[in-house]
Parts: sequence; structure tokens; C-alpha cells
Amino acid sequence: MSRIRKNPPGVDARLLVRDAAKLMPDPTRRLFLRGGASLGALAFLTGCDIIDGASAERVLMKVSYFNDRAQAWLFNPDKLAPTYPDSAVTRPFPFNAYYSEDEAPEVDGQDYTLEIGGMVDNTKSWTLEELYALPQETQITRLVCVEGWSAIGKWSGTPLREFLRRVGADTRAKYVWFRCAEGYSTSIDMATALHPQTQMTFRFDGEILPRKYGFPMKVRMPTKLGFKNPKHVMEIAVTDKYLGGYWEDQGYNWFSGL
Amino acid sequence: MAIEVPHDQALTPAEPARTLIHPFWVRLTHWVNAVAMAVMIGSGWQIYNASPLFPFAFPPAITLGGWLAGALLWHFAAMWVLAMNGVIYVVLGVATGRFRRMLVPIRPSDVLADAKAALARKLSYDDLSIYNAVQKLLYLGVILVGVVIVLSGLAIWKPVQLQELAALFGGYTAARYVHFFAMAAIVAFLVIHVIMSFLIPKSLRAMIIGR
Repeated sequence: MSRIRKNPPGVDARLLVRDAAKLMPDPTRRLFLRGGASLGALAFLTGCDIIDGASAERVLMKVSYFNDRAQAWLFNPDKLAPTYPDSAVTRPFPFNAYYSEDEAPEVDGQDYTLEIGGMVDNTKSWTLEELYALPQETQITRLVCVEGWSAIGKWSGTPLREFLRRVGADTRAKYVWFRCAEGYSTSIDMATALHPQTQMTFRFDGEILPRKYGFPMKVRMPTKLGFKNPKHVMEIAVTDKYLGGYWEDQGYNWFSGL
Repeated sequence: MAIEVPHDQALTPAEPARTLIHPFWVRLTHWVNAVAMAVMIGSGWQIYNASPLFPFAFPPAITLGGWLAGALLWHFAAMWVLAMNGVIYVVLGVATGRFRRMLVPIRPSDVLADAKAALARKLSYDDLSIYNAVQKLLYLGVILVGVVIVLSGLAIWKPVQLQELAALFGGYTAARYVHFFAMAAIVAFLVIHVIMSFLIPKSLRAMIIGR
């Protein structure tokens, strides 16, 4: 297990492309299959060049949406992720993001408020003090990264379903969406939001959640890949509208369940 | 064709079996599998490169997908083709008796003798409808490795929903190694398989037109 993983070089270019891509109409925007190598390899395999990038991508995205549904079907809301003893916790726990550790957002805990929006009865925002006063529990579970590596961590906080109940969320809604301090975002299915191990996390390994792991609050879900676990969460919205997410919009499978 | 045929031989339809070496369903599933495997291996190498298990990476030129997200899209699309085609192949292989007829029994002494003969270039490839012991071992072996690679892949994909399966492999991390070594075994098989098909071109012809 390597200690710290940084994104490969070229991330800045990717961000630039993505920002530029926002200005473009949808079909041209979704060019996930980067580089000629991918299609070159396909032409090599099939011996034909008629499959152009855009149509191959359209088919692959259709399958990815189908895979969202297949995973939602496979998801058992009562199935708990395996838990581990304290001795199994990976220390130090790897930092991973599309930025380096010293670029992680610095959120002031004094000024911080968690915004609540969408299909809820009470859209009052929450201070950190109010959030810390909520009932807390601890889980020691495995975080699995989309890159393949995994690490066991110890997270403490409030079950998201308990919080959703308190704000009077309409749990018949399809999605819960998270907006983060650095501009990151992700969204999840309601079934996962209501899973007993989906947690609004305020502490890591017994300490106040450090900046690198998402101060002041992350949302931990051991039933989804790491990138679906947002850090530095500033806003939670309950919605029927599909809002995708930072990585999901670039081609990562949306459901990404474990 | 012989006019006088002993009674017991006349009852066995030896002639059609000799002309048609590979029925249509074998050829179809073979080539669908070949394409699906190539996509799975190429995209799998790209996925491996995102977090290598060993101190090496696969050259990007021989990987599929361009980057991690693209490779995952390919991998999780081709998996349906690979798995469904594989199930059809195994079900028909058992149901038609082809596996029983052509892949077993495998005697270690025969494997040794045929391997020696093959290396000495003394092994006969006249009748392609009868596999030698090395072929039987490799074909049956690669089918079993195929089962392992699908199951370990499922364990990596769904280590929570299918946690009992992941535990069978010794957990998520161990399942990644199993998945990798199963790939390595399949690639090793492929190297031999492709070389042999070029050394004995009529075997390639038989897998295309059936005879």
C-alpha cells in the first residue's frame, strides 16, 4: 500500500478541457475515450475503421446507464459492508484527490454552514456546532478507490438517513446531491442515502476530520467507490433531477456501487 | 468410401464427425469470445495501470480506453458479452456432450508423452477432431481459468453486495491478485494458442469454416 497517491500529471489539462467543454453542446462534450490509442486499438481488433469515437462512446455510455440500473437492482439496502477491528485501520490513510494535499480547500469551521435544499421540509442551514450535537456512531470499513487500491479507515458521524429524517426529506425522491467547497460535486441514489452505513462524517480515526480528509464534513458510504464519498460538503440537496457529478460527467459510471 | 463396413462401425456416424470438426455454435462463441477477451484484456491493462499491483505498467499503446474512465466503460460493457457468451458456451459444451467427448479424460502420462512428442515435432495433427492430451489440458484449463476470472472480477466489482464471494478469494485485495494471475494465465494460453494456429493453419481454417 503506497502512502500517498497523487493524480497523474495532466490533470490541469483535463480540468481546462472540461471547463472548455462546458461551453460546447452536449454531444461533442462527452469525449471520454481520450487519445487515438483507444480507437486505434479497436480498429486493430476489429479490422475496421468505421467505428468513430463519437458513436463508440454513445454505445458505451448507453451500457454504462444500463449498468447503473443493473447495480441499483443488485443493491441490497440491508446488506452491510464488512467491518474491521481497530488494528486493521490503514495508518497513515492515503490522501487522494484530483489536487495535491496542500491544495485541499481550507474551510473555516466558525463560519461554516451546511446548506440544505430541494425536496425537504426544513431548508434551515446547519452550523458545525449543531451538526456535532447530532447522535454519532463509528464505522471501520474499507474504502475502495476506482483506481483499484483500497484502505481501511475509521469514520465517525451521523447516519445520513437520521439527518434526512430530521430535515424532513422526501425520501421518495430519486437522488441526493452534494456540493463541495472545492467545486466538486456528486450525487447518489436515495436507496444508498438511506443505507444504515451512509454517514455524515465529522471525525476520522478519533480526531476531528482533518483538512486532507474533508474538514469539516464528508459523506462516507462504504457501499460506493471512493470518489462517490464527497469531502468538504457545503450543501446537500434532495432532488428528482439527475445532476451527475464531477467525475461522473467525465465518463465514470454514475452508480459505482460496491 | 469403403463399401464393406463392419456392423458395429456402421452404426456410429464416424463420417460426419470427421468432416465437421467444429459445429457452428463452437465457432460463433469462439470468435465472440476472442473479441470480448481482447477488449477485456486491453481495457484491464489500462485499469491495472491506474494502481499497479507490481512494479510495472502496461505500455499505453497496447491498452484500450485511453484513460481510466474510458477503460472502465469498455471493461464493464464487454463483461456482459464475455459472461453471456461464456455461459452459452459452457451450457452447450456440457449439454451436447462435446466437453465429455473431446476434453476428458486427461491422463498425466499422456500429457507428458504428447508434450514431448510436440516439442520433438513428432505429434500428428492429421485429425483435428481428436485433441491430443496437451490440447485437452490447455482447453479445459483455460475454461476453468475463465470461470475464476469472471468470479474474481465479480468479487472486485461488488465486494459489498457479493462479500461472501470476495471472502472466498480471501477478500477484496486478494481477489485483485487472483484476477490478475488469471489474466496472466489466459494471456499465456493465448500466446501458445495463436502460435499453434499459425503453425497448423488448417486448425485456424477449421475454426472459421468448421472443417
